[in-house]
Parts: sequence; structure tokens; C-alpha cells
Amino acid sequence: MTATHATTDLKDAEGPAGRAGPAKVAAPRRPAPSGRALRTAGFHLSAGLLSALWLLPIALVLVTSTRTFDDIAAHGVGSWPHSFTFDSFRQAWVDGGQQRALINSMLVTIPTVLLSLGLASMAAFALSRYDLPFRRVLLLLMLGGNLLPPQILLIPVSKLSEMLGIYDQLYALIGVQVGFGVGFYVFVLHGFMRAIPGEIQQAAVIDGANPWQIYWRIILPLARPALAALTALSFTWIFNDLLWAITVLRTDTQMPITASLIGLQGQYVSMWNVIAAGSVIAAAPTVAVFLRFQRYFVAGLNLGAVK
Amino acid sequence: MALLGSTRRSRATRVPPVVLAFVLVPLLAEAFWVFWPALQGFYLSLTSWDGLSAPKFVGLGNFSEMVHDEVFRTAAINTVLWLLLFGGLSAALGLGAALLLQQERRGIGFYRAALFLPVVFSLVATALVWQAMYQPDGLINNVLEAIGLGGWKHAWLADQDTAFYAVIVPALWRQVGYVMVLYLAGLKGIDPVLYEAAKVDGATRLQQFRHITLPQLRSVNAVVLSVIVIDSLRSFDVVWALTRGGPYHSSELLSTYMYSTAFQSLRLGYGSALAVVIFVLAFGVIASYLVRAFREADS
Repeated sequence: MTATHATTDLKDAEGPAGRAGPAKVAAPRRPAPSGRALRTAGFHLSAGLLSALWLLPIALVLVTSTRTFDDIAAHGVGSWPHSFTFDSFRQAWVDGGQQRALINSMLVTIPTVLLSLGLASMAAFALSRYDLPFRRVLLLLMLGGNLLPPQILLIPVSKLSEMLGIYDQLYALIGVQVGFGVGFYVFVLHGFMRAIPGEIQQAAVIDGANPWQIYWRIILPLARPALAALTALSFTWIFNDLLWAITVLRTDTQMPITASLIGLQGQYVSMWNVIAAGSVIAAAPTVAVFLRFQRYFVAGLNLGAVK
Repeated sequence: MALLGSTRRSRATRVPPVVLAFVLVPLLAEAFWVFWPALQGFYLSLTSWDGLSAPKFVGLGNFSEMVHDEVFRTAAINTVLWLLLFGGLSAALGLGAALLLQQERRGIGFYRAALFLPVVFSLVATALVWQAMYQPDGLINNVLEAIGLGGWKHAWLADQDTAFYAVIVPALWRQVGYVMVLYLAGLKGIDPVLYEAAKVDGATRLQQFRHITLPQLRSVNAVVLSVIVIDSLRSFDVVWALTRGGPYHSSELLSTYMYSTAFQSLRLGYGSALAVVIFVLAFGVIASYLVRAFREADS
């Protein structure tokens, strides 16, 4: 620890001497802080510019969504705003059918997240805590299914849902999203549950707990961090999906928000205020989840990273 | 794992039935929605099918048709180009952002969040945000005009020469934050002692980067590579929302071509064959990802 600090200080002390040179000699006690200040300013300048560049499109869509159509038609979509209204949100929400679409999205996303994480945690529990035959093969088979490019599944899945009589119904979307996603969640949760010490489970077995109780009362609560991370992550994935939705659904009133956004794009050609408002509505739920569960989110992305 | 010691024998012989059900139910769900359809997909690639009458077996006919298909050639070249450009740039920019933002200090959370925020947007929303900027009277042309580059003004999405690149930029904007997060975790895992030793030996910043940071990031690089390749081949939404693969197929990817062939032209057999090509392109990466996963599950 001491060594670390010593070298860090050394490095910082060298900075100004090298960069500012003799000018700083006059104030021998100041060089370290001012060098650091210079470096800090440089850092904040570059990181700030980068962040501003990254946030610019978001700021722009927010501004566009509060302009009137007349303003955009008169001054162009890229000009400074000359108006302020929330009317475009009403148009997108009511006339554009975004309300219905957002409800559809939630009707698909929430059951899919619960169902796939429920099923995946069961499989991960069994595969990580019991000496099942072929458990490694099963684990990799399930992960492999998730890595397939979805294109190979699109045609058969749409025909399959037609055959089942659930084509153009939200059940079909829930079904395929659960089936396709579960393999990845099993893999991640397996890695996490494997690390839970066996003694805890042994104690429960001695106390007479059955497998269901061990799963529900012991392993699941202990796996909460991984489950939280996967919940945040899978919520955005499923909510943001377009491809599965347009594969198994057809009617406009059944479409979730991403697909309905494409409908909005076709319906309100060059009415950028309405399209921007629609985009804001479509992005708001995942942004809320991100801001609220940022920590889990980042953890989740790294959980999925196989080293 | 310690659990397996003394109780191994009894469990190896008799796993409680409920535990078997725990595995079988999810496995069947995946088999039903993924494995079985995937097998059908491979079979369908050998057929000619309009979706109404029964599929007609044509052997490798679909694949030999691809050889003469101009659009297929464009889509395949674009897909590879997409992989290289989108993949290479998102890795480079993600690593650069991670290096810039690796040190914990005041304000770092804000900068990281700013770069990461687009990751949570759907690709469709991302596409629409950028579509407005790309308009002839949009922000990008206005800025070019303002800085005296009025001659560069373009109908970015409507021009065959620029549409493809105009579609990559939004995809990159959204991907960089994701790659950055992966690299940030990787950088955090490097032992600081290595850098101190290098400093004592008088290594410059650049030398430290080349001889410590890059080699230490090897495992993260492998992860990033898998993520990028899989994401590239899946890229569909952003192209579909911005150009539908046009104008004149100039921004067509295999994924968009497959979708329009199957669901708009209703050539389901040929569409399946295109999907098989995508699978073959992804196969190497999927296999290496699984090998690494296998090693991890083993340890």
C-alpha cells in the first residue's frame, strides 16, 4: 500500500517537471497539485466532450419531440426549436397506438422474464448442485441453442406457431422468447450457483429439507445478485426485441412497442416530432430500469462474458 | 462442488425425480422452440417452398442459385464488411473509452453512464433517432454547412454510396458502451503490481500498454470478439428500420435479405438456405465460445 502511494506520488510529481519545466521551479511546493490539476482538467475536457457527443442524439430527440410539426416543416428537423409542446406525445400515444403497444410489450416482457428466469434457475440448480448424468453436455447444449443465429429459426418458428394456432398472439412471442433465452440464463446461473458452498446444502439435507425446499429457501435467495443482474438485462433484451415480434405477430394492435415504432415511422412520414416522441416513449422503460438498477446491469453484462 | 464428496454415490445412482424435472422442463421448452425448429430450418434449406403447398426437395439447388444471385453477393460482402468495420471499430473505440475512463475519480460515473446509456435503447429507437439527423435538412447536414463543408452535404440514407456506412454509425453508437463495460472489468482485473514493476524499469506509457495491458486483456478480447461476431451477424433491426436494405440493396445484410426473401417474397426454402449461410459464418465463433464455456464449467 505504502509502495503504491509512493510511486503514484512520484509519477504525479514528475508530470509538471517534465511538462511545465522551469516555470514551476519558482514555487517548489506547488508542482504536484498543479500538474494534477492540469491532468484532471485535460481528463474532464476529453471525457466531457466524448460524453456530450454521445448524449447529443438523445438531447436532440428530446428537443424534437417537444416541437410542433409546423415548426419542423418551416425550419427543418435539424434547426433550433421555435416551439414547445407535448402534443406529439399525445399523438404518438393515442393516435399512433403507442399506448396499446406499450401494454403489449409489458404483457410479453414481464411474463417472459419471470418464466425464463424461473425455469433457468431450476435447471441451473439441478445441474450445479446434483450429480446428474451428462450435466456438462446438457449445459452446453442449452447454451449452444441460445447462440444460434435466430434467422435459422424464423421460418420454422412462424410455421410452428401457426400450427399451434397461436400465430399472431402474444403467447407465441412469450413461448419463443422463453425457449430461446433460457439456455443463456441457465449457463450464467449455473456458474453462480456452483460457487455456493456445499456445506449449506448438506446442513439443509440433514435437517430433512427436500430438493424443492433447498431450491426455494436456500439456493434461490443466495443467487439473488445474479438473478437481479439477469432480470435487468433480460428485461431490456426482451423489451427491445423486434425480430421475433415481426416473425410471429402480424396485426398492428398485437405489436409490441419496437415493432409499433416501425409502424409509426411509416404512418407519420417526416412528422419527426411524433416519431421522436414515439422513440422517447419506447426508450423510457429501459432507461428507467437502467438508471434504477445500473449496478446490476453492468454486473449482468460481465456475468455473461465467458472468459 | 465440495458437496459431491461423501454423498456422491447415493446421488449418482438416484437423483430425486423432482430434480430431473427441474432440468427437463426448461430443456423441453428449448427443444420445442429452438432445437426442433433449427433442424427443420436446415431441412428446409434443401427445399423449395412457398409456405402453402408442401415443401419440394431440391437438394443443394438453393445454394447453387446463390452463386448467381447478385443480391446475395452484395449482402454477403456487406455482412463481412459489417463484421470488420462494426466489429473492429466498436472494439477499438470501446477499449479507448475504457482506458480513458478506467480510473475511479470524481465524475467518472457520469461519463461512464453517458457512454453506456445508448446500450439500453432498442435498435429501432436508435435508428429513428439517427434517421432524423440524417435527413437532408437534419442536424448533420446543418453542422457541415455551418463549419464550411457544405459541399459534403448528402441525403445520407438515400444515396447508395453512403447508406451502408450511415447505418453502421448508429449501431456503433450503441455498441461502444457495451464493449467499454467489458473492457473496464478486464482492466480492473489487471494486477497493479505489473505496472509498478514496469515503471521502476522505466517503461513508457505506450510500452506499458503494449506489454502489460494488451497481453493481460487477452481473455477479455476473446469475449469481445465472440460478442461482436454474434451481434454483427444478428444485426437486423437497425438496417431494417433505417433502409430495409436499400437503396438498391446497397445496405443489404444477409440477415435482412433472409427476412425479406422469406417473409416478403415468400421463398421459404431459399430464405432457409440464406439462414444456413449465416449459421455457417457464425459457427466458428459459437464453437470457440462453447469450448471456453466448457473449460469454465469444468474447472
